[in-house]
Amino acid sequence: MFRLIEDWLKGTALQAQEYVRLTAAAIRCTFTPPLYRHDIVEQLDEIGVGSLTVVLLSGLFTGAALALQSGLTLDQFGARPVVGRLVSATMIKELGPVLTALMLTGRVGSGIAAELGSMVVTDQINALRALGTDPVRKLVVPRVLAGIFMAPILTIMSDFVGIFGAWVVARFTLQVNSGVYWSSVTKALYTQDVWMGLIKPFVFGFLIVTIACHVGLRTTGGTAGVGKSTTVAVVAGSVAVIAADFFVTQLLVSLLY
Amino acid sequence: MVQDSDTQTAKRILSEVGAPVIMFDRVQLAFDDRVVLRDLSFTLIKGHTKIILGASGSGKSVTLKILTGLLKADAGVVWVNGQRVDRLSEREMMSVRADLGMIFQEGALFDSLTVRENVGYKLYEETDMPLEDVDRRVEEVLGFIGLTEHIDKMPSELSGGQRRRVAIARAMAFKPSILLYDEATTGLDPITATTVDEEIIKLRDLEGVSSIVVTHQLRDAFYIATHMAERGTHGEVRIVPASPEKAEEAEFIMLKDGVICFEGTAEDLRRSTDPYLKTFLS
Repeated sequence: MFRLIEDWLKGTALQAQEYVRLTAAAIRCTFTPPLYRHDIVEQLDEIGVGSLTVVLLSGLFTGAALALQSGLTLDQFGARPVVGRLVSATMIKELGPVLTALMLTGRVGSGIAAELGSMVVTDQINALRALGTDPVRKLVVPRVLAGIFMAPILTIMSDFVGIFGAWVVARFTLQVNSGVYWSSVTKALYTQDVWMGLIKPFVFGFLIVTIACHVGLRTTGGTAGVGKSTTVAVVAGSVAVIAADFFVTQLLVSLLY
Repeated sequence: MVQDSDTQTAKRILSEVGAPVIMFDRVQLAFDDRVVLRDLSFTLIKGHTKIILGASGSGKSVTLKILTGLLKADAGVVWVNGQRVDRLSEREMMSVRADLGMIFQEGALFDSLTVRENVGYKLYEETDMPLEDVDRRVEEVLGFIGLTEHIDKMPSELSGGQRRRVAIARAMAFKPSILLYDEATTGLDPITATTVDEEIIKLRDLEGVSSIVVTHQLRDAFYIATHMAERGTHGEVRIVPASPEKAEEAEFIMLKDGVICFEGTAEDLRRSTDPYLKTFLS
């Protein structure tokens, strides 16, 4: 039993050490040449444009469901017209960033882990190194940069679509006047809320992609190992997003408010 | 200044006939409790071929990975082209790899790139060579291995033998002086394997490439050791039985449990009375 706990602790410490090393290498490679610009553009397209549909759909339906749920609750206090205030604050500060990040973990994190994992088990990573290419520069840096830049953009779009979805429900189901809805949406928003909604996705984008790259590059055990890495990347990425959300929120609340 | 002088001396020595381009000196490697290599020592002479035989898990592929710096030895000294690679960092290894091509098991082609992009990968991505020159070189190399018509295909559209030949083309595109073949013919039918063997022979005899061939395919090992490539009067390439002098340039190493249990020519191997070798050859 003691041996098992010792092995688990050692394994976890090793994973953490390797994750920090990969992250540090990625940061160092970002600021030193060569930078594979073509791969960065490709990843911006893959992560950003490729995730657009899933992010917009999840944002739209989340906003709509949120309006329905909060409409029911607000009715108890006769406060149905302020549904826009509740939706905008919730979407921009919390649901938009977290849901977008979770969608990205499912789509992008799993894709990166599977792609890099396949490259490891088929010796393509070794082939890259043998051809004089640093896999961190070629594969990790473009994905990390794309993750960091596209997560906030996708979150903003998700926020807008979510608020739009909530308007549809507020207008046609809750019978709230459009003018009332849109004015309550903007009334509830403070600059600090917008900052919070913008800073969080940078952190989430970085975490999702670095975790997926770390897990993918440490794949062992053939095709079964690739499947395992994909699952680990999604699970670890999702937990990291939710945990980071708490800590970042706490930090930003103490700094901004 | 001292380093410049050392580099010049190394270059001068390496330019001579019979210079050692690769040297393994008492190299050791273990993964946890499993010892893979124990005191492995051998030398590859410029333009020669070293054929490493051995059962699965005997340390053949690991030897190549140590040479290219993909794995670090626990002890011992490794020299490649006049540079001691066992203590070089990943960044410093890049200059050594510039003159070292490796063909991996199953080819390890980049499956998201076309044949053209695979073959020209290093030239497109890691050099400043003009694109027209890279394209010309890629076409030249694919012509050499007879796969020009597949230039725009994806690796998944190629047969196993074609993938191995593209992997050879990729490794030779940047004109390295040393090529390392890791089980280049394993899993191929005899006819396709022979075409791959002939590429190895052509590169050695027509391009002057020094090579290490790791395999457990005896038929291919002996074919490479006992044949040579020559140009006919009209420039056509012919594969013919090797002259006695040429056959001497291909040396076999048999690995058993991480140590060399035989070293010699094809003829020496055939004549060996060692029970393990006889079992392996039977």
